[in-house]
Amino acid sequence: MMAEAFESVYHVLGKDFSNAGKVSTSIKDTLKRMGISPLVVRRVAIVSYEAEMNLVMYATRGKVSLSVSRDAVTLNVDDEGPGIPDISLAMQEGYSTATPEMREMGFGAGMGLPNIRKNADEFDISSQVGRGTRLFIQVKQASAA
Amino acid sequence: MASITSLKAITIADVRDLLGAVVLNGEDLSIKVEAVGAADLLSDVLATSKSGTLLLTGLINAQVIRTAIVADLCGVVFVRGKKPGEEILSLARESKIPVLGTPLKMFEAAGRLYMAISGNR
Repeated sequence: MMAEAFESVYHVLGKDFSNAGKVSTSIKDTLKRMGISPLVVRRVAIVSYEAEMNLVMYATRGKVSLSVSRDAVTLNVDDEGPGIPDISLAMQEGYSTATPEMREMGFGAGMGLPNIRKNADEFDISSQVGRGTRLFIQVKQASAA
Repeated sequence: MASITSLKAITIADVRDLLGAVVLNGEDLSIKVEAVGAADLLSDVLATSKSGTLLLTGLINAQVIRTAIVADLCGVVFVRGKKPGEEILSLARESKIPVLGTPLKMFEAAGRLYMAISGNR
């Protein structure tokens, strides 16, 4: 178990499809090297990847802040983008505003945000139309199983 | 994603033989396949797969390999004879994700592997 808290910030560019997922694989490597339980690492990587795909698909730019404490791994995802007018609708499985190009990549089926909520121990979303969207996602270290 | 856990141990080499597949990446073909799933929606793979799952997919893009990395999949099989480009294969090499290609369609590829891992040949 790591002794100190760790923090790192990763930047994601909207529409940069060829690099989409790089931040999440690098977060996964970092957590793995820190000796965090593989089950926690996998859950964080999954939620991070869905969030990163959302940034690439919808936002102009955004950042993912990773912080690791003894108790939890936290991701704060913050973007500049169109925002979400109706969050409860966006949280429904299958609701999507994705374009055909996004769907062809295997995403954009309205499962991203519901998947993030499902894999997180703590989840919060807020959004301002025309400004951007923020996600707070936490996976507890003890919740591995 | 439709997926099934292996009751009978098979390896990547067995998958190659069962599907008449070519190995596009992967040195160690003795890796065990813990489960098999078939999907073209990566969000479903992320939401429902277990680590060690082999993914059959008709999607061809770098996100398939990144999904395999993120979800700890044991390998990817591209179905319907689709050929991944160099960008996809070099990402697979870097991240040591075994990649196979089979001319079979998704349904038949999944059927053959289902028979093999459920022990009904």
